[in-house]
Amino acid sequence: MKDPSERGLRESATFDRASIAAIQHAARTGVYDIRGWGAKRAVPHFDDLLFLGASMSRYPLEGYRERCDTDVVLGDRHATRPLHLDIPVTIAGMSFGALSAQAKEALGRGASEVGTSTTTGDGGMTDEERGESKTLVYQLLPSRYGMNPDHLRAADAIEVVLGQGAKPGGGGMLLGQKISDRVAEMRTLPAGIDQRSACRHPDWTGPDDLTIKIGELREITDWEKPIYVKVGATRTYYDVKLAVAAGADVVVVDGMQGGTAATQEVFIEHVGIPILAAIPQAVQALRELGMHRKVQLIVSGGIRTGADVAKAMALGADAVAIGTAALIALGDNDPQYAEEYEAIGSAAGYYDDFQDGRDPAGITTQDPELAGRLDPVEGGRRVANYLRVLTMEAQTLARACGKAHVQHLEPEDLVALTIEAAAMARVPLAGTSWIPGIGS
Amino acid sequence: MAALSRSEADARESAVHTVHTVTIDLASATVRQLNAELHAPTATSYEVLHPQGAHSIGAGIHDEIDVHVRGHAGYFCAGMNQLAHVVVDGSAGNGVAENMMSGTVRVRGDASQSAGATGRGGLLVIEGSASMRCGISMKGIDIVVGGSVGPMSAFMAQAGRLVVCGDAGDGLGDSIYEARLYVRGSVGALGADCVEKEMREEHRAELAELLRAAGFDHDPGEFRRYGSARGLYHFTSEHSGTY
Ligand SMILES: Cc1cc2nc3c(=O)[nH]c(=O)nc-3n(C[C@H](O)[C@H](O)[C@H](O)COP(=O)(O)O)c2cc1C
Repeated sequence: MKDPSERGLRESATFDRASIAAIQHAARTGVYDIRGWGAKRAVPHFDDLLFLGASMSRYPLEGYRERCDTDVVLGDRHATRPLHLDIPVTIAGMSFGALSAQAKEALGRGASEVGTSTTTGDGGMTDEERGESKTLVYQLLPSRYGMNPDHLRAADAIEVVLGQGAKPGGGGMLLGQKISDRVAEMRTLPAGIDQRSACRHPDWTGPDDLTIKIGELREITDWEKPIYVKVGATRTYYDVKLAVAAGADVVVVDGMQGGTAATQEVFIEHVGIPILAAIPQAVQALRELGMHRKVQLIVSGGIRTGADVAKAMALGADAVAIGTAALIALGDNDPQYAEEYEAIGSAAGYYDDFQDGRDPAGITTQDPELAGRLDPVEGGRRVANYLRVLTMEAQTLARACGKAHVQHLEPEDLVALTIEAAAMARVPLAGTSWIPGIGS
Repeated sequence: MAALSRSEADARESAVHTVHTVTIDLASATVRQLNAELHAPTATSYEVLHPQGAHSIGAGIHDEIDVHVRGHAGYFCAGMNQLAHVVVDGSAGNGVAENMMSGTVRVRGDASQSAGATGRGGLLVIEGSASMRCGISMKGIDIVVGGSVGPMSAFMAQAGRLVVCGDAGDGLGDSIYEARLYVRGSVGALGADCVEKEMREEHRAELAELLRAAGFDHDPGEFRRYGSARGLYHFTSEHSGTY
């Protein structure tokens, strides 16, 4: 049959096919959509920025010959053992529970191979993960599932999670299909229930309390470990100021595109701001406090390429974190599983049912048969490959801008393609000196 | 309040006086110095003088030592305690014994909010009363409160036992999982999915044991038991009115 549009039929822009399907689903089932992944709508992003490579007024560096360093020190404000990473791309927190033990191990292997860190998640620390991760960041979340002072001491850094870009203001959830006996035991929950995590921390409220909480974590770990504070991007300027005032060594800002294992779709698509808009706010807050580059800024939410890495750093981030892209590197949405994706009502390239536990690629599942498909050694190699490519791409762009370190990239190296991106990223619209909202 | 039979604690106290007790005076030493010593103890018994409400006193201890805090403690006293026996001879601020793993923590006075929050093991005894959110998100700890607890206590409590010898405020056990709650006095409005449950012999026995360990001599028969109706264990839209 001919495509409806070719027959002169008109699709509604307001009630598009996805909206119609959502209404039909709600009416049929009485439940709202819970899914994984991140925002799928188009928002201003790094693609809307371009680099001004060097030419007459600036010298570029020779690609492949002249050094362009990529290392980064995180957490040297208060911690006696700051992290020293070889590359500015870290693996974001993703829980064991959301991910299989094999996937966690693979991420640890890949990150360690290229000298970067990986992060636990809303489900505690596993031995596989600690064993395979040279540098492991341990999250302290509202749920405190599996929270253990031995793990605090075994970690290389601690991340106090206030929120995620996919769901600022929301707690975690893990549906019953994924609460296997091991996951249940680690979280002290009955197996098979639909787990709802708290959205607020149980023993502190507000920035003044957070200061005291961070003090406690420092005391427990004898002031050795860097302490990060992670926020979903919303009122980023204020949140970063308060996090620094509370004593954070590192602030992590996760934009609205950031991935999640499971959240209401309405949350994913409608809460938070794009990472592009959040970075300049964070940098402004740090600058005003005299803390830019002293308290490091890690940003995440939709990082895919070395260009994204370089642009985030040019806007003032010290490092980035990746979630979704690391899962894709592991094999998520791989066309080799096309038929199986179809069989569970999805398609390779569209799969976002991380909550469902039936991941054909064996990543977001606790099913032993499916999880067994992912070889942690091979997965680790793929993650390492991908991280190397991201780093080399970022170096390529930095050299083109004449920088001997990716951290030397600066907003002056960037222009925007759209007025929206220019206003959010606070760089001029290409070919003009116009930054909307800032002067003429 | 019922007369306290502090036999266990007293026995331990008199025992430690025969061993070497190190005294640390927070009028001159810092909390950092105190905790550095408690994390790598050179003695088995410590006395902390002039705590003056300092935060994080004795946080992160992981050895079987005795620590006696002579006065009031601030936030997170004995936070994440492992193995140690900590006594606060005064009141304790927010989050006393938060995420405790093992050992005992005894507060002779009252405790502020979130006492024993997320605790995974050990015994927390509050001889006075505890404020809001006592036992919030508890994961295996036992908490015995001599007086009353404030609203939203045992919120999302996952495992362990909370014993309240006085009254419990509104919202007790809201969204509770598998923790067991025993209250001797009155209870305000119960939280979502929290219900009164039958007191069977095994419950009377475990309650008697908890009271004995905490040094209270109430009759277990005076208590009522509360726990999860397990109605919220699976998401359905029919629940939207429950919260
Ligand atoms: C499967 C999955 C599980 C996640 N679990 C957690 C978590 O436990 N704690 C957390 O802070 N963030 C979690 N996140 C968010 C990531 O830490 C990170 O903020 C996000 O993935 C970054 O955006 P990106 O996916 O676009 O790279 C998770 C993300 C995914 C995809």
